[in-house]
Amino acid sequence: METVHKRPNYLLIWLYLALLTAAELGLAFELPISRNVKIVFLMFLAVWKALLVALFFMHLKFERWNLRILAIAPLPLAVILILAVITEKIW
Amino acid sequence: MTHATADLMRPPFPAERGVDVYDNKLGMWVFLGSEVMFFTALIGTYVILRFGAEGPWALPGIVLSIPITAANTFLLICSSVSMVKAFAAIADGDRKGLSRWLLATTLLGATFVGVQVYEYMHLVHRGFLPSGYREGSELAELAAQGVLPAATGGLYGSTFFTMTGFHGFHVTCGVICMAWVWLKSLRGGYTQQDYRGVEVVGLYWHFVDLVWIILFTIVYLI
Repeated sequence: METVHKRPNYLLIWLYLALLTAAELGLAFELPISRNVKIVFLMFLAVWKALLVALFFMHLKFERWNLRILAIAPLPLAVILILAVITEKIW
Repeated sequence: MTHATADLMRPPFPAERGVDVYDNKLGMWVFLGSEVMFFTALIGTYVILRFGAEGPWALPGIVLSIPITAANTFLLICSSVSMVKAFAAIADGDRKGLSRWLLATTLLGATFVGVQVYEYMHLVHRGFLPSGYREGSELAELAAQGVLPAATGGLYGSTFFTMTGFHGFHVTCGVICMAWVWLKSLRGGYTQQDYRGVEVVGLYWHFVDLVWIILFTIVYLI
């Protein structure tokens, strides 16, 4: 039997995105923590928001695995590119 | 035993073998894959230029106007919601709802571009250029006082305008495509049986939103 998906609550996802954006602003300008910790938390929030958009608005959560693999295929290449660029600085 | 049950998240179009999606959608996903690499190249370049620079970078909020851009980010998030509402409307057979939500998405996207143009004009007026801080400007004055690092002004300007400019160009292309889809929807071009164009342009639009979420953090908040 094929899996049947219900439509997600788009307004709830929108609310999450709005709250996470507010949290980012609070974290960036109000919270007195070290800059490096701030960067880690800000990147975590940005990735969380991006995942919400990809999974629920682009409907990747409801797609078959073969399309999901196609969608995430560039990500390892992107990581390799960023790491290669960062090693330029180290060397 | 097999049950033929309608899946709300799987449009009823003939699919290609293999990945089991229709060809327009498959083509858009492959295109988006190339776009991931394009923006990764820009972000990677920014990382090496910023963290490999000889001097410090300007702290967030001194040159760029965060409240305006935060509001603009919120607009783009709202436009993503209106886009999925358009998708949901036509999947339910609501053609008027489709047109209304597409119009809302087009207007929100156009507003985002308008605010970005205003931001650029404001920055240029204050003296922030792709080449750095213009001599005699307010920002050059701040650099002379030591509030802004003068040495990395050129790198900051060139990376900022390159990344946000390319993103703005993508949003502008999206607005034009969205306006086209909206006009087609007014002529009854989409039905509950075939709304491929809406889904494909929606994928592009959400991707542009997703890229902005990352750029906003990297360029404006860090």
